[in-house]
Amino acid sequence: MTQGTTMTQPSGIPGGTGETPLLQVRDLEVTFKTVNGDVPAVRGVSFDLFPGENLAIVGESGSGKSTTATAILDLLASNGRVSGGSALFDGKDLTKVSRKEMVRIRGREIGYVPQDPMSNLNPVWNIGFQVRETIEANSDLRGKAAKARAVEVLEEAGLTDPGSRMRQYPNQFSGGMRQRVLIGIGMSARPKLLVADEPTSALDVTVQRRILDHLATLTSEYGTSVMFITHDLGLAAERAERLVVMYKGQVVEYGDSKEILADPRHPYTQRLVAAAPSLASRRIQTQVEKSGVAADPLGDVEPVVQAAEAEAKPEALIKVTGVTKVYDIRTGGLKKTPFKAVDNVSFEVPKGTTMAIVGESGSGKSTIAKMFLKLEDITSGTMTFDGQDVGSWPRRKLLEFRRRVQPVFQDPYGTLDPMRSIGTSIAEPLVTHGIGTKASRQKTVRELLDQVSLPSSTANRYPGELSGGQRQRIAIARALALKPDVLVLDEAVSALDVLVQGQVLNLLAELQSELGLTYLFITHDLAVVRMVADHVTVMRQGQVVEAASTDEVFENPKEQYTRDLLEAIPGGDFVFGA
Amino acid sequence: MPSNRHIERYVAPIEETPVAAVDAVDETQKASSVWLDAWKDMRGRWLTWVCLVLIVVIVVVALVPGLFTGMNPAGSSCNLGKSLDPPSAGHPFGFNKQGCDVYTRILYGTRSSLIVGLVATVLATLIGAVIGAIAGYYGGWLDSVVSRLGDIFFAIPTVLGAIVVMQVVPWGRNAITLAITLAVFGWPQVARIMRGAVLSSKQADFVTASTALGVSRGRNLLRHVVPNSLAPVIVIATVSLGTFIVAEATLSFLGVGLPPETVSWGVDISDAQAVIRVAPNLLFYPAAALAVTVLSFLLLGDVVRDALDPKARARR
Repeated sequence: MTQGTTMTQPSGIPGGTGETPLLQVRDLEVTFKTVNGDVPAVRGVSFDLFPGENLAIVGESGSGKSTTATAILDLLASNGRVSGGSALFDGKDLTKVSRKEMVRIRGREIGYVPQDPMSNLNPVWNIGFQVRETIEANSDLRGKAAKARAVEVLEEAGLTDPGSRMRQYPNQFSGGMRQRVLIGIGMSARPKLLVADEPTSALDVTVQRRILDHLATLTSEYGTSVMFITHDLGLAAERAERLVVMYKGQVVEYGDSKEILADPRHPYTQRLVAAAPSLASRRIQTQVEKSGVAADPLGDVEPVVQAAEAEAKPEALIKVTGVTKVYDIRTGGLKKTPFKAVDNVSFEVPKGTTMAIVGESGSGKSTIAKMFLKLEDITSGTMTFDGQDVGSWPRRKLLEFRRRVQPVFQDPYGTLDPMRSIGTSIAEPLVTHGIGTKASRQKTVRELLDQVSLPSSTANRYPGELSGGQRQRIAIARALALKPDVLVLDEAVSALDVLVQGQVLNLLAELQSELGLTYLFITHDLAVVRMVADHVTVMRQGQVVEAASTDEVFENPKEQYTRDLLEAIPGGDFVFGA
Repeated sequence: MPSNRHIERYVAPIEETPVAAVDAVDETQKASSVWLDAWKDMRGRWLTWVCLVLIVVIVVVALVPGLFTGMNPAGSSCNLGKSLDPPSAGHPFGFNKQGCDVYTRILYGTRSSLIVGLVATVLATLIGAVIGAIAGYYGGWLDSVVSRLGDIFFAIPTVLGAIVVMQVVPWGRNAITLAITLAVFGWPQVARIMRGAVLSSKQADFVTASTALGVSRGRNLLRHVVPNSLAPVIVIATVSLGTFIVAEATLSFLGVGLPPETVSWGVDISDAQAVIRVAPNLLFYPAAALAVTVLSFLLLGDVVRDALDPKARARR
């Protein structure tokens, strides 16, 4: 193959010798027709994928990575079309083959694993039916033979007891099991290429690791090439040899994944790599003199955390002692079974620090946040805030509590009222607590917007016009309006793209040092914890597994579960370039 | 995977792929809102304009029917000598049994149809929205009681119920009485829809968020839950306007709606049935007026629904 530094998106035949690529995409253009005219979504994308190789397309939401994949599969939404370029797959141009031919290629030669395992299985049919449906569509097997093959497929997908699993329905499967089924379906016809669109982004890290490992075994066994579509650089570095970095519909960097991540050359890739949280990340500098911890301008974080430790816990602003939450689960009719969502949890958060509560889904971490916010009742145990019991906080002084403890929730799309302007939303806490006049509130709104680095004209806009990261910054501005002491951040950055996430985390760190805020940071993402937290509480099934300072947990985890979580972080040990 | 294959490195020329600031607000874009977006979408559809023009014409006719005709719908302008005469110059729709001009009667009949329709719709929507919102928001026994009450009214066919009520009203039948009667039997439909919408929007994160900010329950209902539940109610309101107008005509046709001396399309349709073989135009014109009016409101309801539902927008 010719030396590739001059490969300026060749539109003709690639200068290749020997092997031909399995998939050769050249100058692919995709255009969407909208009310505002034609909008180009993918512009001049080119890359190669050889048999048995894995390729990852990374980029933020809206970068065109999924559109590229759907264009190759001819599954574009009805207002989209391939407006130029080609995608040669095994000698056939996928952008030109007939619809009938494409139906034959999809499933048989190109398998597809969709993003959301929760909505991509039909809830009214059992698993066996759905697997058989794919098998019958892509082979000559019928009846008993198809059924036998379906059992094989599920077995390959790593499900235990596939025979009886066949008769179960999707709602009886966990997210991980559903994703296994979808991978099984995608691989059932032994395709040459498998397109996996964010295959594990909806799953817990430990489940994600098992599924990716299984997928790797399966695809290398059959020599299947995999095209990952992902926003996760760590996953790309760990699972793919080839990397395509997309930004605003264009390829900004393409090549060997480890090489790119170790030495990113395009400013966008550099930015992306710099923002990617990994175990090698460091605590964002926040400490201020006020909390008795010296700020270290050189960015060496070790002494800071140790200092916080050595401080002998100045004053615990939040103290949680033996807290338990029991829900009654209705099991048909009038029967109820008690379910312990949170089981005897204790921790303390000193003023001005960040406590991260980490756990997978169902660990009870969000329930703790809800109880502390007084959105759920505490079954037993005590939570105190500034020396006062939260559970028995007098009702008439509730407003006072609400003023000092403010929440920021996970879903940036749900947390702002779509019918109210941004200015109204941010001013709402001020209005509710009767602070200031109309004019002074408007001034405060402008100041708050400035604090979260948004132009003051944003006040007149509506949530629908803003991106997820912008909405989350507005949610933070709203939470800050009352000058609270504590922010409860419930998965507040989990739904954001890496760059935007980094931006919000930096903002949070700045605000903490400026205003001396205390954070209760609920998350499933250990890599993020490393960047923001002083102390970590690891939870599993309602119980505390491990609690220590962040450095201790990351460098010297005592419990196996914590180690599992750390190891499961994709590309966790990979050193990203600067 | 070990591979000896050399992978070419490609870095896009930076001038061709400029990197923008992370997550900057596009200040060039004009501010917009849900309602403004909906209007922008509606504005681009010809159906919107057809409906709006028709509705404006109908409303103007209802307000000042005298603008379009010099005659009276009854009394002095009627001439028994012209009873059932076919259309002639100045009388495009012909004459009815009393010798009155059909065209004039239709113009004057618009008012009672529209008053009944509008008043009934406003009342039913208000009652239904308030009850539905309370039931959906507070839940529990209140919801059970209110929902069962709604079911009881729902189970009685509107026309049947109205027949009974209109027979016994002591103060006599008029447009307002009829409208109130229709609203009494029409609110449960609105209440159901409002309750459903409230049930889903009270779960929204922004409601939890404002609770945690210290916003009280009642204030949350008024400021966040209700405005976010109004879209389906507005749609059902435009649709019920049409059905209420039809109900008025039906009841008047059956002789239990507006009194026979009132000028209304229902009354005219009722009168026309006796002479349907001799003068079918007497049935046709009021029925056509009724159909056009109802259709304008129904189609407007359709357009509004599509505009408020982004998924429906994408389908077109």
